[in-house]
Amino acid sequence: MTATTHEFDTVEQAGKTPDEEQPYEELGLREDEYRRIRQILGRRPTTSELAMYSIMWSEHCSYKSSKVHLRQFGEKAPKSELMLAGIGENAGVVRVSEDIAVTFKVESHNHPSFVEPYQGAATGVGGIVRDILAMGARPVAVMDPLRFGAADHEDTKRVLPGVVAGVGGYGNCLGLPNIGGEVVFDPCYQGNPLVNALCVGVLPVNRLQNKEAHGPGNIVVLLGAKTGRDGIGGVSVLASATFDSDGPARRPSVQVGDPFIEKLLIESCLELYERDLIVGVQDLGGAGLTCALTETSAAAGTGMDVDLNLVPLREASMDPQEVLASESQERMLLIVDPAKLDEVLHVAERWGVIATAIGQVTDTGRLVITWHGETVVDVPPGSLADDGPIYARPMREPADLILLQADRAETLPRPRTGVELRETLLRLAASPNLCDKSWVTEQYDRYVQGNTILAQPENSGVIRIDEQTGLGIALSVDGNARFARLDPYNGAKLALAEAYRNVAAAGATPLAVTNCLNFGSPEDPQVMWQFAEAVRGLADGCAELGIPVTGGNVSFYNSTGSQAIHPTPVVGVLGVMGNVGSRVPMGFGGDSDLIMLLGETTEELSGSEWAWVTHQHLGGRPPRVNLTRERILASVLTEAGERGHLSSAHDLSDGGLAQALVEATLRYDHGANITLPEDLNPFVALFSESTARALVSVPRGHEKAFVTLCAQHGLPVTVIGSVDGRSRALDVRGQFTISLDELRAAWTGTLPALFGEVSTEAPAYVPPTVDTFFEPVEPPEVPASPGDTDPDA
Amino acid sequence: MTARIGVVTFPGSLDDRDAARAVQLAGGAPIPLWHADAELYGVDAVVLPGGFSYGDYLRAGAIARFSAVMESIVKAAGDGLPVLGICNGFQVLCEAHLLPGALTRNQHLHFRNRDQGLRIENASTAWTNGFQSRQEVVIPVKNGEGCYMADRRTLDGLEAEGRIVARYIRGNPNGSLHDIAAITNAAGNVVGIMPHPEHAVEVLTGPSIDGLGIFTSVLAHLGARV
Repeated sequence: MTATTHEFDTVEQAGKTPDEEQPYEELGLREDEYRRIRQILGRRPTTSELAMYSIMWSEHCSYKSSKVHLRQFGEKAPKSELMLAGIGENAGVVRVSEDIAVTFKVESHNHPSFVEPYQGAATGVGGIVRDILAMGARPVAVMDPLRFGAADHEDTKRVLPGVVAGVGGYGNCLGLPNIGGEVVFDPCYQGNPLVNALCVGVLPVNRLQNKEAHGPGNIVVLLGAKTGRDGIGGVSVLASATFDSDGPARRPSVQVGDPFIEKLLIESCLELYERDLIVGVQDLGGAGLTCALTETSAAAGTGMDVDLNLVPLREASMDPQEVLASESQERMLLIVDPAKLDEVLHVAERWGVIATAIGQVTDTGRLVITWHGETVVDVPPGSLADDGPIYARPMREPADLILLQADRAETLPRPRTGVELRETLLRLAASPNLCDKSWVTEQYDRYVQGNTILAQPENSGVIRIDEQTGLGIALSVDGNARFARLDPYNGAKLALAEAYRNVAAAGATPLAVTNCLNFGSPEDPQVMWQFAEAVRGLADGCAELGIPVTGGNVSFYNSTGSQAIHPTPVVGVLGVMGNVGSRVPMGFGGDSDLIMLLGETTEELSGSEWAWVTHQHLGGRPPRVNLTRERILASVLTEAGERGHLSSAHDLSDGGLAQALVEATLRYDHGANITLPEDLNPFVALFSESTARALVSVPRGHEKAFVTLCAQHGLPVTVIGSVDGRSRALDVRGQFTISLDELRAAWTGTLPALFGEVSTEAPAYVPPTVDTFFEPVEPPEVPASPGDTDPDA
Repeated sequence: MTARIGVVTFPGSLDDRDAARAVQLAGGAPIPLWHADAELYGVDAVVLPGGFSYGDYLRAGAIARFSAVMESIVKAAGDGLPVLGICNGFQVLCEAHLLPGALTRNQHLHFRNRDQGLRIENASTAWTNGFQSRQEVVIPVKNGEGCYMADRRTLDGLEAEGRIVARYIRGNPNGSLHDIAAITNAAGNVVGIMPHPEHAVEVLTGPSIDGLGIFTSVLAHLGARV
C-alpha cells in the first residue's frame, strides 16, 4: 500500500485512534447524537461513517422534528384497500382499476432554487420523477406549485424566470406534460421562494416495485450518470471544506441536471421492470448513495458489501465520503439476481446508460463499504435509515396571532357603487396572483404523450391513463398561505378543500392526498406550533373527507434571519374518472346556457385576495371550512358531469365569484349576463371567499334535472344568469358592464409587463437579416453558405 | 393493404408514441424504427418525431443526423420515400440536408407551447394533399428552437417554387422568417413541420383534429401510387 491510501480514514484507523476529535458539530450533529453513533458502533465513526450519519440524521432525511406529528396521517387515515403503498415508500400508490395503479407525490426544492433558480427547479423535477419511477410507474405528468416574493421585487425578476425555465427545461426534455400548478406572489417568500414539484405515474398493478434489497448474493447495480462532486451537502451542512480546511474549495451544493440522461434512465428502468429483471430498485436523490444503500438493505433486513472504487466517477480525486454524499442526479440503485445481471447490463447498454455492479447483498446485517481494499464503513444500515433521532420540539402559539385574528378585513372600507365594483374587479383580475399565467405555462409542454385532457388554467389537470376504456385521473394542487398564517389548522383544511373541490369540478371522484409542508425553522416554537396545527388540520380533514394521505414531504428552515415564511401547506388531491369524455371544462362555452352558483355565500373577506390587493391587509379569520358541504358539492359535480348536465364548472376560491366569472368568460371568449342574488350585498356576492362553492353552466334542457339533483343532495343552488355568446361582455345587472376585450387586456397584461413582453404578433415580415451574417457585403453575388445547401436546388 | 409507416425512436425522442398513435388513428400501421438499426423493414413512409434527440447536444438534430437509421432514410428519401420530420424531426432533416435552412433559438428565447393557427400553402405534397390550398388549421406548436432561418436566395427559392408548405397565422410564435412553419423538398416527398400535427388528432386531447390530415394525406399518397 502506498502512502496515499492513508489519506482516508478507515475502520481500522478508527479503532486505533478512539479519541480523535471529529467535526460532528460542523456537520450538523448534536453532541448527544454523536455519542449515540459511538454507542451504536462501539467505537468512533470513520470520516465516511460520520458523513453518512450526519446526512441520514439530518432533518431532511430523518424527519426528526416532524415525525411525531406526521404519524397522524397514518393513524387518522380512513382504511383503504385501494392503497398499495403508502407513507414511507418513495411515493404512495393507489389502485384505480382492476389492473392499473397510479402513484403520485409532491416534493420541495426550495433552497436550491433560490441559490440557482434554473438548476434548482430543474433538479426538483428530476428528483420527484425518479421517486415515481422507483415505484415501477411510467411518469405521465408533472405539476409545479411555485411561490415567489412580491411580483415587482428586483429579486423576483431573477428567480422567477430561472425557475420557470428550469421546470420547463427539464420536464419538457423528459417528455412529461405539465398539467397545472400554482404561481403565487407574496413578500413573505422574498429570499425563500417555494419550488414544489409534483409527479404522477401509472403502472400495471402487478409491476409495483419495492426498494428492498432481498436475497443475499444478489448484485447491487448503480445505473445512470457518473458520480461527481455536485450536490454534496445538499441535505445537510456537509461540505468537503469541513473535513480539511486546506483542501479544495467548497463546491456549490446545488445539483446540476441532465434531463437527457434521465429520459434514458426512465426508458431503461421501464424495460427492466417490464421484463422482470430486477429484485428491487431505489432512486438516488437527497443523500445520494448513502441513502439508497442504507434504505434498501435496512428495508430488507439484510446487509451489503460495496466496493466504492467501482462507482464511476466524474472526478478521480474524490474521497470516499464525497462519493457517498454526492447528490449527482439521474442515478438509480438496482438489486439484481446474478443470473439476470448480463441481461440488465445489456438493456442499459442498449439505452446508452452506464450500469455498474458495485457490490452484493449479504446476510450479515451490516453495510460494509471498502475503498482501495480497506474498510471505510461498517454499520448496521437500520441505524442510519430508521433509528435516527426523533424530537418532540417545543411549540408555542405565535404571540401576534390573537391580535392578527382580531384585525378583521370585514371592517375595511369597501367599494359600494357599480363603478367602484367594476374597478375593483379589474384591479383584482390584473393582480399578480389572479392574472393570466400564460407567460409561465406557455414555457411548459402540455401536449406530449397525447393523453392530456385538461391542463392549466383549468381547475385540474386531467390525464387519460387507458386509451381503450377512457379511464382517467385528475389532479389539483392548492394552498393558501395567508389563510394558514391566520389559522394553520383550518388553513391546511382549506388547502385540502380547494384541491378536493377542483378535482370534483373537473368531473372526477377524489381518491387520495399528497402534501408538501413548507415551513420556517422547527427550532422556533412558534413555527413548530404552526406545523403541528397544519398537520393536525390536514389529517382531520382527510379523515372527514374519507381520503387518505399517501405520502408527502416536509420542508423546514424556509426563513431569512428570524423571519419565517407564512406556513404553507400545499395539498395535492388525486381523483379518478371512469371516462375522460365526461370531463368538465372551466369556461363558458354554450350560448344561452344557464349560469348557476352552487353553495352558500356569506360575508367572508379576511385573508381574501380583495383585502390583500386593495388594502395590503392580512388579518381576521379565514373562511369557515365545511367539509361535509364540500363532500356534497363534489358528489353533485361528479354526478352532474357524468350525466352531461354541465357545460362548465369552476371552483370559487381566490377572488371569489368575480374572479371565477372573469376566468370562465375569457376562457372561450363567451360573455355572460349576471344577476346577483337579491339577498346578498353585491360586493359580498362578488368578492367573498366562502368555501364549498362552484360556478357552473347548464345547457338548456338540463336545468330541471340538475336543480333536482342539487335538491336531492341538499345543495343550495341559485340561477344567476346566462352565457351570452354574442355580447362579448360580462354584464352584472344594475352594477356594471365590462367588454371581454377590456377584461382580457387587464388580465393578460400583468406578467408580460413584469417579466418581459413575449410578442405574440408576427414580426411584420422581418427582412431576412441572416444574409448579412452569412454573406460578405462585397461582392454582391455570392453563393449561399454551406449550412444552407439545398440538395434539391 | 394497410400502409406501414415507420416511426423512428432516437435516444431522447419524446413524441414517438404520439406519432404512432396518429398513424394508427389515420388508418396506417405504425412500425417502430430504432436509431441504431439501419434497416427500414420495408416501410412505406417514415416519421421523425419530436423530442430532444441525443439531448439536442451540439445543435438540435445535429447528432441524430449521423445515426445509422438516418443514412438509410436519406438514401430512401432520394428514391421518393415520403418522410415527415416534426419539430426535432424537422431539425434533423435540415441537419441531414434533406431540407434547406436551419431552425434556431426562438427569437424571444423562451420555449413556447400554444395552439397555433397555420395556413396550408402547398396542398400537393405527400403529407398535405388532403388539405385545401390556403386552408386554415389549428395545430399546437411547442419548441425552443423553431425559428426558421435561411439566406435570402434559399428563401426566394422556397417561395418561388411553392415549397413553403405552411405558414403561421395570427401571430408568429418563434420569429421564423417568412412565418415559415413547414417546408418541403423539390420532389414534395420530404416535409419538415415545426408544429405538432400528432397532437391534433383527437377531440379530447387536441385543440382540433386538423393534424390528422397530415397522416391521412400520406396514406392517400401511398394509395394513389400503388
